[in-house]
Amino acid sequence: MSSTPPRIAFDPVAARAEFPALAMSVNGHPLVYLDNAATSQKPRAVIDATSRYYETSNANVHRGVHALSVRATELYEGAREKVRAFVNARETAEIIFTRGTTEAINLVANTLGARIKAGDEIVISAMEHHSNIVPWQMLCERSGAVLRVIPMGRDGDLFFGEYRGLLNERTRLVSIAHVSNSLGTVNPVREMIAAAHEMEIPVLVDGAQAVPHQRVDVQALGADFYAFSGHKMFGPTGAGVLYGKRALLETLPPWQGGGDMISSVSFTRTTYNTLPHRFEAGTPDIAAVVGLGAAIDYLNNLGFEAIEAYEQELVAYAVERLSAARGVTLIGTPKHRAGVVSFTLEGVHPHDVGMILDHDGIAIRAGHHCTQPVMDFYGVPATNRASFAFYNTREDVDRLVAGLDSVRKVFKS
Amino acid sequence: MSDMRELYQEVILDHHRHPRNFGKLDNANRHAEGFNPLCGDRVTVHAHVDNGVIDDVSFEGSGCAICMAAASVMTDEIKGHTVVEADALFERFHHLVTDDADESAEDLGKLAVFEGVREFPVRVKCATLPWHALKAALHETKIVSTE
Repeated sequence: MSSTPPRIAFDPVAARAEFPALAMSVNGHPLVYLDNAATSQKPRAVIDATSRYYETSNANVHRGVHALSVRATELYEGAREKVRAFVNARETAEIIFTRGTTEAINLVANTLGARIKAGDEIVISAMEHHSNIVPWQMLCERSGAVLRVIPMGRDGDLFFGEYRGLLNERTRLVSIAHVSNSLGTVNPVREMIAAAHEMEIPVLVDGAQAVPHQRVDVQALGADFYAFSGHKMFGPTGAGVLYGKRALLETLPPWQGGGDMISSVSFTRTTYNTLPHRFEAGTPDIAAVVGLGAAIDYLNNLGFEAIEAYEQELVAYAVERLSAARGVTLIGTPKHRAGVVSFTLEGVHPHDVGMILDHDGIAIRAGHHCTQPVMDFYGVPATNRASFAFYNTREDVDRLVAGLDSVRKVFKS
Repeated sequence: MSDMRELYQEVILDHHRHPRNFGKLDNANRHAEGFNPLCGDRVTVHAHVDNGVIDDVSFEGSGCAICMAAASVMTDEIKGHTVVEADALFERFHHLVTDDADESAEDLGKLAVFEGVREFPVRVKCATLPWHALKAALHETKIVSTE
């Protein structure tokens, strides 16, 4: 038995140096980027992989005999294998490239959704992003199905008992966030999936806010579907992933029709391609997929153990400093938190907070974070959200807290 | 920080903290709601218009300091004016917060405190949202009987 090797301290300053955008000044101040839950910055390796693809390999995939097309296809399919290993799927056939999390969820809502009937039920949670609410509402409108919502407490944790109570013989799917984008709550998805599986209900996990912060193993979780975006995990915009269990994907009808998703087409009959291509109609964002592959290499190189430990410490520090700051109220105090801290500042609307912080070079998100039901739940029109990545430092947190002092000075509060 | 103070002038902070004409209006015969989905600012304007004159006006809603102050100052300034005058004032206010030098703030009264908004294009919508709601109300996008 080998003992655990001593943990090497993670060096955020060295990681930072790999991100050209983080060296910028904004409004005369060095940038403090705390809007990572909206989108992350990109390391040099990802930017280079994307431009190198265009410079050396640009062609369409899966359709050419010439050298460039072969190269482009190898890069594209190579990235699929990287994604497979990244989330520990059994095979690449289970990895479908989409534009992002939103499209991945819509794909399921429109394919699995095709067999949903009036009276069926879909279960989501009170803390879902609009992209994990609206596709199901649209499906319910089309089909007459009913949307059921798992409630949560003021602390921002879901009520597990109530969740179990919602599951019944009419439930056709559970669709839940792994990590809440507005509260930072890490939901107990493994336990939630197990509870659904006891009743043979499939579960889709919206992993958009989880994959940048922790190692995700879809098999260990037992997820039937797992959706995430490349751009929140240091890859380019335009490429995301839907993981689906083969056995389930094979039962789904095709969604978008077009090139690449077919096997043969005539005017009387079309046969469809095999997985995963059946769900990838048209030319994909090849460069973004290649960039996503580079982002995975980059993350693997850093190592999630180091990232996670460092971030947990950093976010705990942010929670501690913000809790102690004058006039600040934290929104949500979940048991397990990843990457996100939402708060309000007494007497100052988040829009004003965000703007005055920007004046000091500090980028946060001010608004409803595409979770209006969460805002309604807490009775606030909007919140300030600081969201972190491994390249953020304690100094960034200190600058944020000092920035809030400037806000109070402007508002004389 | 200096230009932040130019934007968040004392008058704006005062109207934000103590909004004038805030609440429902019992005898209102015009209502309209303005909403900015980007930041969630929401303003409902109620007005009583008689013979083309805005006898009384109020607003409700929530939003940033710029939006709330703009609504408060607006209701103060247009009370007693005709609908035609209110339209003209909106036109001038819009120029004030968007154009570089076109609009002189001199005779715009208290509205002049919003001149600083032009330096921050993303905030123009905050300052003009109450005016858009007012315009919709005055031009009877939705008439509600007082009976």
